Amino acid sequence: MLPDFFQYDFLRYTFLTGLLIGVIAPLLGTFIVVRRLSLIADALSHVTLAGIAFGLMAEKKFGLMIGPLYSGMAFSVLGSILIEKLRSVYKAFQELAIPIILSSGVGLSVIFISVADGFNTDLFNYLFGSVSAVSQNDFLMILTIAIFVILVVVLFYKELFTLSFDEEHATISGLHSKQIHLLFIVLTALVIAASIRIVGVLLVSALMTLPVAASMRLAKGFKQMMLLSILFGELSVIIGLISGYYLSIPPGGTIVMVSIIILLIAIGIKRLKIRV
Amino acid sequence: MEYPAVTMKNVSYAYENKTVLDHINFEVPKGAFMGVVGPNGGGKTTLIKLILGLLKPDKGSINIFNENGEKLQDRNKIGFVSQKANAFNKGFPATVYEVVSSGLTATIGYFKFFNKTHKDKILHAIDQVGMLDYAYENIGNLSGGQQQRIFIARALVSDPELIILDEPTVGIDYENVKRFYELLHQLHQKQNKTLLLVTHDTGTMTEYATDIVCLNKTLHFHGKPEEYTSLTEKDLSQFYGHPVNIVSHNH
Repeated sequence: MLPDFFQYDFLRYTFLTGLLIGVIAPLLGTFIVVRRLSLIADALSHVTLAGIAFGLMAEKKFGLMIGPLYSGMAFSVLGSILIEKLRSVYKAFQELAIPIILSSGVGLSVIFISVADGFNTDLFNYLFGSVSAVSQNDFLMILTIAIFVILVVVLFYKELFTLSFDEEHATISGLHSKQIHLLFIVLTALVIAASIRIVGVLLVSALMTLPVAASMRLAKGFKQMMLLSILFGELSVIIGLISGYYLSIPPGGTIVMVSIIILLIAIGIKRLKIRV
Repeated sequence: MEYPAVTMKNVSYAYENKTVLDHINFEVPKGAFMGVVGPNGGGKTTLIKLILGLLKPDKGSINIFNENGEKLQDRNKIGFVSQKANAFNKGFPATVYEVVSSGLTATIGYFKFFNKTHKDKILHAIDQVGMLDYAYENIGNLSGGQQQRIFIARALVSDPELIILDEPTVGIDYENVKRFYELLHQLHQKQNKTLLLVTHDTGTMTEYATDIVCLNKTLHFHGKPEEYTSLTEKDLSQFYGHPVNIVSHNH
């Protein structure tokens, strides 16, 4: 079944990109889940959609070749910074930032799409992911993002963990909690922008949270949970991409369903363990 | 010359227009085990937040080991244990070892990794609170009393000179409260740690503390435990602003 993925360039790039996001999405997802920020991923993915729509519109209407991946990334990072600003404005209702940013993202997307009178590129691909959407340039960009994200997480692992476990204690001990948190949110924005080509706007947050939800049931300790999440993420991406290609289903759907199956198995195993 | 661990001069603090602390003057001598008591809303937690640098005083000054508290460079001189046994996210998937290691994060500094010395320190701190057998267990699987010991270990691991505890025994049963105070007593006696403990549990605390402060907006009492326990119900009613019944704690 695999040969097609090595024979055709576009499939090879999709496959390699899938392997990369299978690592970085659950890697950041681990911190997102334990900090109870799961919905931020959803908000940012919709802002990314606005960025993609903007890029496509600029290309069609004004002939500006920004590239939707780059405009998506710019919007996502901008959105992440705005979320942080809003969270400090509504201190008592921090979750308000999420619907505000999410609806702005969808609103802007609709405007950009209609200004451009629809797109030649199927918007469907951006919503649910596609196996044929990754060019060599995209792949190189996503590779750069992946290397950057992994490097930052390794360098700041102890700070990110300390902050996630107990923000108050981190601040008291003298860590720059606000700055580290901002860095983390920006990383999240980058990972989302990088993942959208394959899993799609509507399902990108699933790849960040479902593998973590599964490994949380089984792992002992934080590091183990992180490694197990990456393993589950990779499994979902590989099985999801291949089955999506052969069944002609957008990979977003198959990747998420594989994650769900892994999650159900994890819950089942835990139940068995408790009984024994 | 030995400086006091904490010096507060004329410190006032108000939340919006409600004054919580009014011209507080006091010292925590180095090596003291000071208990802070007082009614709810009397400013105990505010006092701690000021010392920890989470709040800034409206008036007056706070010195920590003779350094201006607001500009204190070496935050690791202070260890903090909060009411975490009740408050923290019990499902958080971290081992005891990982939790205690987070107490070293700021000490080690940015762009550096844990080395063998740090690992030994972490295990030593876990050993000190008698939890070495649980080092690789998830913290969520422990009892409230055990979790609170782990938070003490997290405060101890950076080797602070002053340890501040904010109602650490809330929600912990009597037997474990006793053990908890024994542990504090050891830290105070054998390791010369300065302890500042906020509590409602005046009964057990007076057996171990060297100084007691009673706080209700202003400082109402500052003295030895013997003096505090010899106070009459009438004295205490004045401090608390309402009638007080002294309940004996001879369990």
